[in-house]
Amino acid sequence: MATTETVAGAAGEAAQKGMPQLNFATWPNQIFWLVVALVIIYFVLTQIAMPRIAAILAERKGTIGNDLAAAEELKSKARAAEKAYNAALEQARGEAAKIIAATKAAIQKDLDVALAAADVQIGAKAAESEKRIAEIRAGALEAVSDVARDTAGALVEALGGHADAGAIAAAVTERLKG
Amino acid sequence: MTVADQGLVIDPMHQFQIVPLFGGDTLTWYTPTNQTLWLGVAVVVISALMIVGSSAKAVIPGRTQSISELLYTFIHNMVEEVTGHEGAKFFPYLMVLFTFIVTSNILGLIPGAFAPTSHIAVTAVLALAVFLTVTLVGFWNKGIGFLGMFWVSSAPLVLRPVLAAIEIISYFVRPLSHSIRLGGNIMAGHAVMKVFAGFAGVMGLASIVPIAAIATIYGLELLVAVVQAYVFTILTCVYLRDAVGQAHH
Repeated sequence: MATTETVAGAAGEAAQKGMPQLNFATWPNQIFWLVVALVIIYFVLTQIAMPRIAAILAERKGTIGNDLAAAEELKSKARAAEKAYNAALEQARGEAAKIIAATKAAIQKDLDVALAAADVQIGAKAAESEKRIAEIRAGALEAVSDVARDTAGALVEALGGHADAGAIAAAVTERLKG
Repeated sequence: MTVADQGLVIDPMHQFQIVPLFGGDTLTWYTPTNQTLWLGVAVVVISALMIVGSSAKAVIPGRTQSISELLYTFIHNMVEEVTGHEGAKFFPYLMVLFTFIVTSNILGLIPGAFAPTSHIAVTAVLALAVFLTVTLVGFWNKGIGFLGMFWVSSAPLVLRPVLAAIEIISYFVRPLSHSIRLGGNIMAGHAVMKVFAGFAGVMGLASIVPIAAIATIYGLELLVAVVQAYVFTILTCVYLRDAVGQAHH
């Protein structure tokens, strides 16, 4: 068979071996070098790599823990600041209300004073006006008797009579009284 | 054998041959071989990854540091969860196991490379080391009480001797299944790819089919490389729990 011949030819003693895994002649060699390799890997890992990685992981855990703690602290600080801000705002609002009330009271007082002054002025003005009106009224009455006398004289003249100033005045005064 | 006459030569096991690295026919116990070379490459890659990766000691990790930290925390969590707190002292041991197996498996997938984990000698040493560790630690921690794990106290009394026999047999089969599972998976994957590669060599234009198959299997093998390393490590954790933990089964 071609296959068998090729195997035998290519690998020399391979034909008698079958599976190279079961060629026990190579086992001492394999085991020796395997143990060497494993011992080297063991020392590389336990002496150098693993302590380093453990340190890195611990450091990272510590860093994250610290950062979280710092964040928590900042958060509580922010909360306190917010509380203080709210308190200040409330206080400012109260003060503003107080100032508004005080200002309102002051304005009211000024207003009252001004109103009182205005009332006094208005009263004075009204009294003066009343006096003037009374004067005007008195003047008007006098004027009415004058006009009535003149008119009566003119009427008498027009009717062809002779106006007696004294009689007319007496008559007018008599009528006006009535 | 018409196909064979045209030159179809598929020898999927040839890639697992262990030959002296610097020529010669004699293979003594210390002769550097192709396997030694790839064990060395695995050591260099692991050292580079873990030492360079952790050298920056950055709080915010770079790429390499992320990989080394990922490996570290992955295995650390596995040990803590599966083995329990008492098992934490075996963490370095499991780190060595996992990094070695996963690196060898993945490096073995480089075309032309050699996967040490495809050899039963390698996986048997790993599995026997686990078996001996578990047994010795178990007797060290619990004394003769370690044998209690074979005596299923929750079962009816008549069944207990039978169960004890089954438990003892399964305990001694552990290193065998543990090693064959890893070695067999890696070997089978590489052998299958080699078979498809053999087809691709003689099929002309139709080679596109086996080449596509190789690409697909390669992706699968990448998964297998990681999953088998994970399985080997987590089984080790499970076995260690018997030796250190309170949990019995």
